[in-house]
Amino acid sequence: MSLTHYLVLAAILFTIGAVGVLVRRNAIVVFMCVELMLNSVNLTLVTFARATGTIDGQIMAFFVMVVAAAEVVVGLAIIMSIYRTRRSASVDDANLLKY
Amino acid sequence: MDTVPADGLLSASWLLIALPLAGAAVLLLGGRRTDRWGHLLGTATVAAAFVVALACTLQLDERQVAVDLFTFIDSGSLDVRAGLLFDPLSAVFALLITGVGALIHVYSIGYMAHDPRRRRFFAYLNLFVAAMLLLVLGDNYVALYVGWEGVGLASYLLIAFWHERPAAATAAKKAFIMNRVGDVGLALAIFVMFAQLGTVTYEGVFGSVGLLAGGTVTAIGLLLLLGACGKSGQFPLQAWLPDAMEGPTPVSALIHAATMVTAGVYLIARSAPIYDLTETARTVVLCVGAVTLMIGAIAGCAYDDIKKVLAYSTVSQIGYMFLAVGLGPVGYAAAIAHLLTHGFFKAGLFLGAGSVMHAMDDQVDMRRFGGLAKKLPVTFVTFGLGYLALIGFPFLSGYWTKDAIIEAALDRGGVSGWVLGGVAVLGAGLTAFYMTRLMLMTFFGKARWAPSAPGRPTPHPHESPSVMTAPMVLLSIGSVAAGFLLVQAFPLVEWLAPVFGEPEEAEHVVAPALVGIAVTAVMALGVLAAWLFVGRREVPVVAPERVSVVTRAARKALYADAINESLFMRPGQWLTRALVWVDNRGVDGAVNGMAAALGGSSARLGRAQTGFVRTYALGMLGGAVLVAGALLAVTAG
Repeated sequence: MSLTHYLVLAAILFTIGAVGVLVRRNAIVVFMCVELMLNSVNLTLVTFARATGTIDGQIMAFFVMVVAAAEVVVGLAIIMSIYRTRRSASVDDANLLKY
Repeated sequence: MDTVPADGLLSASWLLIALPLAGAAVLLLGGRRTDRWGHLLGTATVAAAFVVALACTLQLDERQVAVDLFTFIDSGSLDVRAGLLFDPLSAVFALLITGVGALIHVYSIGYMAHDPRRRRFFAYLNLFVAAMLLLVLGDNYVALYVGWEGVGLASYLLIAFWHERPAAATAAKKAFIMNRVGDVGLALAIFVMFAQLGTVTYEGVFGSVGLLAGGTVTAIGLLLLLGACGKSGQFPLQAWLPDAMEGPTPVSALIHAATMVTAGVYLIARSAPIYDLTETARTVVLCVGAVTLMIGAIAGCAYDDIKKVLAYSTVSQIGYMFLAVGLGPVGYAAAIAHLLTHGFFKAGLFLGAGSVMHAMDDQVDMRRFGGLAKKLPVTFVTFGLGYLALIGFPFLSGYWTKDAIIEAALDRGGVSGWVLGGVAVLGAGLTAFYMTRLMLMTFFGKARWAPSAPGRPTPHPHESPSVMTAPMVLLSIGSVAAGFLLVQAFPLVEWLAPVFGEPEEAEHVVAPALVGIAVTAVMALGVLAAWLFVGRREVPVVAPERVSVVTRAARKALYADAINESLFMRPGQWLTRALVWVDNRGVDGAVNGMAAALGGSSARLGRAQTGFVRTYALGMLGGAVLVAGALLAVTAG
């Protein structure tokens, strides 16, 4: 398995995630797609770390995971409270903050 | 003759200015408390000033006395000391101002008796007298300028004394603005003196003015003349003076006939050493005088407002004085002599006109007068004597002093002498015409009295109280005798010799006796013409409409107002309107436009904030792709 395979896989995962963020309305699904994008980046980082024989990429991947974990906590809490007040998890319904 | 420091009573000549100034201060600051005795105080200060002036003059014996007071301005190389110069010239002016001034103050006690603001009137009159005395007594051009502006202010305040009348308020503004045009000239002349000579005192300027280039001296002369024209109502700045008659009549008598409007003559006579060096400026003075005396005389023939006729007569008579000072050394004393006699008889005539207005319910239209001689005997006699003095009836004041000017003009010789002399003689004829017309319309013929306004009773003319007639009588005595006294008995020429130099015996082109006969004949013709046109037929109550072009022009004062309006006022209005437009559209437009552009574009850009998270996400993705693409392009390419 060459470097290219990993990178292509990461690109595919990132694209799926990005498309999911853009086309899906359900906040939970959008959230999962964001996680997918983050993890595709992680995969890229780890791949390069391995290819170059350094650990910088792996350290950065850990950072991304920590940030993602924190983000999930905050994000899910927000989604929950929005759902409780508005009975909807659609990101298109939460559109009050505008011009 | 050299100037000597003051001694004795003369060192107290500052009292002349201080007394009326103190009077004005007390009356203005004292407020209503001084209402009861304000007019008496105002009169007393001027009368006291007259006594001081008389005592100082008696002590003068043909010296020039300097009174140094204090440092007025000391800044760098500019050192202006407040000092007075009491010499024969300023002495006669001080006597005229305080003497005629005191009489007019007395008259005003009666004239303004029923005016609720009489105290303020006296305060302004006192302020005027103080400023006028500073003008003639100052020993430098800055002091003269301060007095010059002071009399301008007092004139403005007094013309607009009945400021509730729109005509009076407008006339005051007109006088103020037209005077300002002249004042700019005077100020520039002083600037030039200081820049070129480094001094503004009479002594310093006259001592070193000969060192200047001819062009500079001519410029100073012309700028001084501009100032003189503004203050004295001379062409081309004559239009304000007749309008100034909107003020109370004592003001017209004191300020706009006897004293302030003659300040221009004083300025030029005082600046004689400058004008002696510049033939050009003197020629311009001559032309201004000749043109103005004709304008005034022509306009005086057509007006029906008694005060305006007298005002145009003043314009015309000051034209004579300008003509005289323009003639140079031979004319200065003649101009001052005519100024003094004119001060007497014109002040008397205005006080008489005031008395007539008093009797006729403040009307001024002579077509509504007539037949007043019997009702107002004292006014008639005093006014009549003033009238005879003005038209130059033999051996009264005007005869002596006006003849002296006409003689001096003829003695100039050559074509210019004949032209100027001819203009002066013609002016004398016109003077006789319009003044006779005024007399006939006012005092003779049938009574054409009518109510001054609908609902008012028809006036029942009655003689004025003695507090008003007494000054008129005294002034009429002056009108009769002053000319003889000043020309024959105690020649003013000799009294003024320390200032203007010893009189030279001029070579007469025309024998003086012949001039006297000719002028008297022309005067008689003028009187006869007035009798033919006005006296022997009924005076129409309404001015006839079908009149010649000349009459129509004269009724408009030869279109002076129209010329001023079309030449200065309208272009000025256009300019201000254009500037307002540029300000509104240009300056404000740029600022407001920028604000509107920012506000509008932000409102439009704000539409991009739709509130849809996925739109933002697409934007971020697009941006990230762009950045990544750009980076790739840079690193790869």
